[in-house]
Amino acid sequence: MSSFLDDDAGPSTRSVHAGVSRPDRFDAVPTPIVATATYTFRDSAELAQHMTGEHPDPHREEYGRYGNPTVRALEERIAALEGADAECAVFGSGMAALSTAVMALLKQGSHVVIFRDGYRRTRQLLGKTLASYGVEHTVVEPGDLEGVRKAITPKTRLIVGESPTNPYLHCTDLAALAAIAKDHRGVKTIVDTTFATPINVRALSLGIDLVVHSATKYLAGHHDVLAGAVVGSRALVGLVRDLRGVLGSVLDPHGAFLVARGLKTLALRVERANATAQKVAEMLEKHPRVSHVYYPGLPSHPSHAIAREQMRGFGGVVSFRVKTDADATGDRAPLAVTSRVVDAFRLARIAPSLGGVDTLVEQPAIMSYYELSSEERRAAGIEDDLIRLAVGVEDEADVLADVRRALEAP
Amino acid sequence: MTIEDRPPSATSCVHAGDPPDAATGAVEPPLYLASAFAFDSAEQAAGAFLRENDHLIYGRWGNPTVRALELKVASLEAPSRDPKEHAAGYDACATASGMAAITATILTLCQAGDSIVAPRSMYGESARLFRERLPRFGITTTFVEQTDVEAYERAIGDTTKVLYVETPANPTLTITDLRRVCEIARARGVAVVADNTFATPYCQRPLAHGVDLVIHSMTKMIGGHGDAIGGIVVGAEDRIAAIKETAIKSFGGILSPFSAMLISRGIRTFSLRARQSCETALSLARALEGHPAVARVHHPGLESHPGHALARRQMSAFGSLVAFEVKGGVEVGRKVLESCGVVTHAVSLGDARSLITHPASTTHMSMPRDARIAAGIDDGLLRVSCGIEETDDVVSDLLRALA
Repeated sequence: MSSFLDDDAGPSTRSVHAGVSRPDRFDAVPTPIVATATYTFRDSAELAQHMTGEHPDPHREEYGRYGNPTVRALEERIAALEGADAECAVFGSGMAALSTAVMALLKQGSHVVIFRDGYRRTRQLLGKTLASYGVEHTVVEPGDLEGVRKAITPKTRLIVGESPTNPYLHCTDLAALAAIAKDHRGVKTIVDTTFATPINVRALSLGIDLVVHSATKYLAGHHDVLAGAVVGSRALVGLVRDLRGVLGSVLDPHGAFLVARGLKTLALRVERANATAQKVAEMLEKHPRVSHVYYPGLPSHPSHAIAREQMRGFGGVVSFRVKTDADATGDRAPLAVTSRVVDAFRLARIAPSLGGVDTLVEQPAIMSYYELSSEERRAAGIEDDLIRLAVGVEDEADVLADVRRALEAP
Repeated sequence: MTIEDRPPSATSCVHAGDPPDAATGAVEPPLYLASAFAFDSAEQAAGAFLRENDHLIYGRWGNPTVRALELKVASLEAPSRDPKEHAAGYDACATASGMAAITATILTLCQAGDSIVAPRSMYGESARLFRERLPRFGITTTFVEQTDVEAYERAIGDTTKVLYVETPANPTLTITDLRRVCEIARARGVAVVADNTFATPYCQRPLAHGVDLVIHSMTKMIGGHGDAIGGIVVGAEDRIAAIKETAIKSFGGILSPFSAMLISRGIRTFSLRARQSCETALSLARALEGHPAVARVHHPGLESHPGHALARRQMSAFGSLVAFEVKGGVEVGRKVLESCGVVTHAVSLGDARSLITHPASTTHMSMPRDARIAAGIDDGLLRVSCGIEETDDVVSDLLRALA
């Protein structure tokens, strides 16, 4: 990685400099956007050198689906942010990162342990889509490590978790999870730490095998690009990268440039979001119209103790429930009352996604679980009165005022 | 839902899918980078999710810049009478690369226990996917001789879900009879998927011959400038909807808006480029045929090509690729490669530049000679992808290299 960066360099220094080691031929400071689909070789001898692995430049590219200098520079930066020995492969979306990572490690007949709370598309992929290709799974409660241990069978190859989870922000004791996997031969761990970012938690240092990010969120941070990342050891990421070359869900160099550009302010943005979200959570907890607040920075959150131990900050997402009458119907039904609160936000925009400079708000019952009935949603753990707020980098006072105003909705 | 078999009009290339921006009047529509789209109210969001309105939701599920490209390519593979529109009932799904389009399509059509019939000679990475990767998830493939339609028929079993076709095919540009493969598939209730990258919709419209899903690496001639990677699959609306639902939303192999903009921009000159490239390829093939240094020329436009009659029936032009074998083996092949000037040595195809490859001394050098020759790659085989330079400059460059 970058030779001038001390091992103990702070998060903002790492955000700006990590992994930036190769000057381009014009000595431009940012990495150039290399918009090419293929690469030319001086002569056949050079191509032959490349094909036989004897080329003097280990980063010599051959074809755009297998590698690109702009993309590679981003990979080095994300790897450096996650840990000194890490290797990274980036993708065209977070789901592309996750799906390629799990497909590299699973096959027909293998078994995976997943958790009940988490991004819905992830649970769908592992629980339903991969089931049609013969992959078996067991679902355990978030944070239930004993449950994980019991779920492991001789066919188990993977434990796939999220920390914090979407939308209830459960945190898993990552060191303990890694230890369970290491007790069983051939079992690897993948944890999606999109909500935490490497500023708040570095899961590889806790023993997790592969970290997955939707880089669309905090890493890029501006709601202007979709991307994903898988970070881990050279051997494991090598398998994932190899499969990426076949499945083909690559990130384009323009997207890679936007993510790399966003990364420079990662620490500033995350630290601001950590601070504002904590204030919002504390305010919500005292608010008469709010029945529940889910934020790992609150002592009332079930994951607070482990979150304090393994995280530097608690992230920018706060989930909460509006006090409603569960039996009411029509205009007073929980779904309708909560929608009015969501609609009353002025600064926060109603949109899926999170982790960008703009504050976004959503009602999961509508945004992600729209096609289910209230009963089915409740069975899936999604209450009609639940709101997920993803704090941006606006001034804290303005965000707080916006939340208060929204809660005055009729 | 019959598709007319005619080359895409230059008007479609310019106008289909991306009319001027309604909000600002900008002739070129803006590039939308948004990863998420904001709603005015929870009610509007609910309507979007229930598909009661067409408000966009999240970048992975749809982006206006990517959508414009999808509509444009749909109009090339499934043209309608209105050059600005594609045929009713058809749609397209763009992906991060051609391989992402192939995997999205196959993983939507097949589950564990299903099987595929595919040509023995196909794009190397597709072959690797079918041979090495899909069996890990219980999907197996039978490989057949692609010119033998009966072989396709014999290979169909109870578990077969897909007949996969590439025509013309590497390395000698053999031709598969699309209409007959589709008749067989229809009788057995199997889907036909065609990789139309080599032919391009300028030369061949597989949907008009009965193919269910057409795949492109848009990196090649559709994008045409070598500056963006992308893939697409075109077919009936319900099939495309299924691919978007299972493969794009879950596997996430989406195309970026930047790449979509570059490819859309490239398509505006697609029919001009394709015409020029195909004309050059035919001229080059004719110039090489009978040349004393050349043992054989493979181009479907030559009367001597075994697939010529079939190519005349199902193609409206013969493509931009010419393969030929020089006398004198690997050494002479390498020398020709290195003597080219206008024609650039690079492994892609469909670029604005003419590109040449010599598999025996480069991409296939680690393959045992016998196996390579069995795969149709002779020692002296060279492949030229004709670009859009002046025909005379390309032809004379190669003749000079052969001298």
